[in-house]
Amino acid sequence: MPVSDALFWAVVPALGLGTFLIRFSFLGLLGARPLPAGLRRALRYTAVAILPGLVAPAVLWPAATEGQTDPARLAAALVTLIAGIVTRSVIGAILAGGVTLYTLLWW
Amino acid sequence: MTPPLRKALLRGILASAPFVIVVGPFALLFGVVATEAGLDVAKVMLFSISVFAGASQFAALQLMQENAPVLVILATSLAVNLRMVMYSVAMAPHLGAASPGWRLLMAYFLVDQSFAASSVEFEKRPDQSLGEKIAFFFGTVLPIAPLWFAASLAGALLGQKIPEAYALDFAVPITFLAICAPMLRSLPHILAAAVSILATLLLTGLPYGTGLLVAACLAMATGAGAEILLERRRSHAGQ
Repeated sequence: MPVSDALFWAVVPALGLGTFLIRFSFLGLLGARPLPAGLRRALRYTAVAILPGLVAPAVLWPAATEGQTDPARLAAALVTLIAGIVTRSVIGAILAGGVTLYTLLWW
Repeated sequence: MTPPLRKALLRGILASAPFVIVVGPFALLFGVVATEAGLDVAKVMLFSISVFAGASQFAALQLMQENAPVLVILATSLAVNLRMVMYSVAMAPHLGAASPGWRLLMAYFLVDQSFAASSVEFEKRPDQSLGEKIAFFFGTVLPIAPLWFAASLAGALLGQKIPEAYALDFAVPITFLAICAPMLRSLPHILAAAVSILATLLLTGLPYGTGLLVAACLAMATGAGAEILLERRRSHAGQ
């Protein structure tokens, strides 16, 4: 669905400002002071807590195939994940996933 | 610029140069995907310049296309960026003595790559002058930031000219998985990712992407909880 003007202007400036304030927080305002251990611990998991969930529905039920599970996309996702874990390289994982996707889609 | 500052700047540039391989394609992809979501070139650029954080830009874009409520979109995308609180904490002892203007500018440019390169450098050479540290930091920004903006623009201009056969819809999931996979280096990280996936899939019935927010909270609690349990077991074993 195309993004409406109203939604764009409601989201993007606030997201920009909020992101800046997150970056500015300690460096700009709070100075050098330790974070509580519990908060520090939770923050370590923000990326792995959100990104896999964000893509999981798109992996299993891609919009491009009208929600039908697509073997090529599913295989590409799994290969990306495994290659990323094994090689510890973002680029390596993207390449492995991309090659898998195009091989299965085009052959 | 004095020779030590110039040297620090150069070290910064060299330290973040390898990130170019990731940043360029990622920004290009954002430009393309955002254009396909109906944003014009000016909006794509405003997005990339004002937010300047790839993962949250993609997250916001996806939720905007699903027409989720504004508050859910903001909460989810800002949560993606919360890790940067840690970056800000880590940089404060080294760069916090700079003037307010410099700190403002450095906060804007505090991204994954400048943080990663700077934290390694400041740990290795903690006794540098403040000026050298600032110079190094901006050195790490130089290969990354202009490329981020230029590649976003290129992607926006290329936009809808890319045929459907290239399955670009799937470039975003692959990129996110590729970013996450190398982070799965401990059991708590793996458990958090697993809970994130399972809970999101189970909660797809919840309206407007709120399932993802709930799943993320559960996943974060799982990761932190597992870490505490592991630490306890380790300290018991050590006694």
